[in-house]
Amino acid sequence: MADPVKVVSKRFGIPDSHTLDVYLQHDGYVALEKAVKSMQPAEVIDEVKKSALRGRGGAGFPTGMKWGFVPKDSPKPKYIVCNADESEPGTFKDRAVMEFDPHSLIEGCLIAAYALGSHTCYIYIRGEYGWVQDIMDVAIREAYAKGYCGKNILGTDFSCDVYTHPGAGAYICGEETALLNSLEGKRGHPRIKPPFPAVEGLYGCPTVVNNVETLATVPWIIQHGGDTFRQLGTEKSGGTRLVSVCGHVNKPGVYEIPLGYPMKDLLEKECGGIRNGNKLKAVIPGGSSVPIITAEEAYRVKLDFESIGEVGSMLGSGGVIVMDETADVFESTFRLVHFYKHESCGWCTPCRDGGDWMEQIFDRISIGGGRSEDLDLITSLGRNIEGKSHCALGDALVWPITSAMKKFPEDFQRALDRGKKLLREPAAV
Amino acid sequence: MLTPEREKKIDELLTRYPSSRSALLPALWVAQEQYGWISLELQRYLAIRLGITPEQVREVVTFYSMYNDRPVGKYHLQVCCTTPCMLMGSDDVIGYLEKKLDIGRGQTTGDGLFTVSQVECLGSCGTAPMLQVNREKYDENLTTEKVDALLDRLRTQAAAEGSNG
Ligand SMILES: Cc1cc2nc3c(=O)[nH]c(=O)nc-3n(C[C@H](O)[C@H](O)[C@H](O)COP(=O)(O)O)c2cc1C
Ligand code: SF4
Ligand code: FES
Repeated sequence: MADPVKVVSKRFGIPDSHTLDVYLQHDGYVALEKAVKSMQPAEVIDEVKKSALRGRGGAGFPTGMKWGFVPKDSPKPKYIVCNADESEPGTFKDRAVMEFDPHSLIEGCLIAAYALGSHTCYIYIRGEYGWVQDIMDVAIREAYAKGYCGKNILGTDFSCDVYTHPGAGAYICGEETALLNSLEGKRGHPRIKPPFPAVEGLYGCPTVVNNVETLATVPWIIQHGGDTFRQLGTEKSGGTRLVSVCGHVNKPGVYEIPLGYPMKDLLEKECGGIRNGNKLKAVIPGGSSVPIITAEEAYRVKLDFESIGEVGSMLGSGGVIVMDETADVFESTFRLVHFYKHESCGWCTPCRDGGDWMEQIFDRISIGGGRSEDLDLITSLGRNIEGKSHCALGDALVWPITSAMKKFPEDFQRALDRGKKLLREPAAV
Repeated sequence: MLTPEREKKIDELLTRYPSSRSALLPALWVAQEQYGWISLELQRYLAIRLGITPEQVREVVTFYSMYNDRPVGKYHLQVCCTTPCMLMGSDDVIGYLEKKLDIGRGQTTGDGLFTVSQVECLGSCGTAPMLQVNREKYDENLTTEKVDALLDRLRTQAAAEGSNG
């Protein structure tokens, strides 16, 4: 079999791949030129529709369709906002794109702007990536200096500005409407949808919010054609995507795989297998918000939206968290509960108070004070958070817990039994 | 209250957005870079500078975890302890730091050099365990030896800056 085609990561590993010179030597800004000089905006959108590209930020929404929702005849300015908030535990692929191939993101933003009639792009980068923002800023300055950005791009009458914008440490700002509020200089509370950002987004104007990887994939699609991209993946999940693998594997890192690629191959071929020759225990396949799966499921699942749905999980943000036999799923879940409770924006009661309560129950079990009815309590509490919260963070808090309890009941039972044991044995003081 | 270069930076930020309030988060970063934290006085100043209310500044400072609304050490050691890092031993790293510096999480050493904090996923899970000093590039794949070397480096750096003025 030939080596799989690389789309988003093809320039990773080339020395100085972040510079404009190297970018230009490797197909840089070819797609932008093709779009602005020889394609109508509607043709660009059609090409993206044909590619079957689905958002890489977590929800997997078809990108071309999202672009199609932007009203063509609106008199208001339109905005392209790139979601570079990347805070989903287990996910570190967008950082790789910005570190090693910042121009691909700029080019993707510009093509999107051209397609949608926008003249301003904001790239919202999580605050901790201050040094990544510096890399992006240098790349943007290079692009301005050479006429790829700014007024009359490549001598056409298309003009567009690109800016970076820093966050300041709030996971919730990755949620697209919270991100827009944050970009407006407010607290990152999610907005009610509808209206969706495509109609009423930044400053109440039509706005497309797309993930870094989604936008960085667009130049390749425009250069090679939507059909070519789609054929790299499965019928419903077009192309290739980045996955970031962490945890107990020998070679953690960012890998590009065609959609439909077996998880087993990812773990064994790309990642060099489980560390120390240990046995695989569990995998969280799409960032911490998606349900956990067992080793047996991981070894038979394929990495596409449909196949992963069959084992009850999701591809999410492409963050693959691997746990070997030494991991305790109760403890790993407890730490996630802490994460979501910490990151709840506090806007709605089910998530804010439910998360707090959930953490207290886990804490009690963890220190040996678990009661036999606690598992039912967790389940019922979860039922009152899931689907009853203002935004998807509430669901993201519950899914890892309920799936972990269902698939690894023995770890939860052990945690509960620890309490009984502590009661029987006098404390060693 | 801000150095002339920083004032210029804020002028430039204000050209980027149709609403001056949008410049608040980046402007707070500019201010925090100079002072290390955002005092009430600084919040009032930025409100006037951007033409917004002090409440609008305050609600943002208190919402976002990276803005310090009280002084922190010269070097803020932020150790990620979310699940992927935990699986790779982050709790040992933060425990080691606490022991070595003789402070707990959220506390600052008596000489004002170091603050240790437990933070959530920093997007570096493949190179865990890791930490971030202030807003610098990450220190990754940590071991106790690397933590020792980092502390030594920062102490030397602080001493050099101290003797320079
Ligand atoms: C709590 C929460 C956090 C999110 N964090 C991110 C993030 O860090 N990066 C991202 O691209 N999308 C994130 N999303 C998804 C965004 O809301 C949105 O779907 C995405 O940016 C759309 O881009 P895409 O269609 O290109 O994927 C998050 C969603 C939720 C509910
Ligand atoms: S679900 Fe949580 S994060 Fe979302 S709005 Fe409610 S409190 Fe905020
Ligand atoms: S969990 Fe620590 S960097 Fe992601």
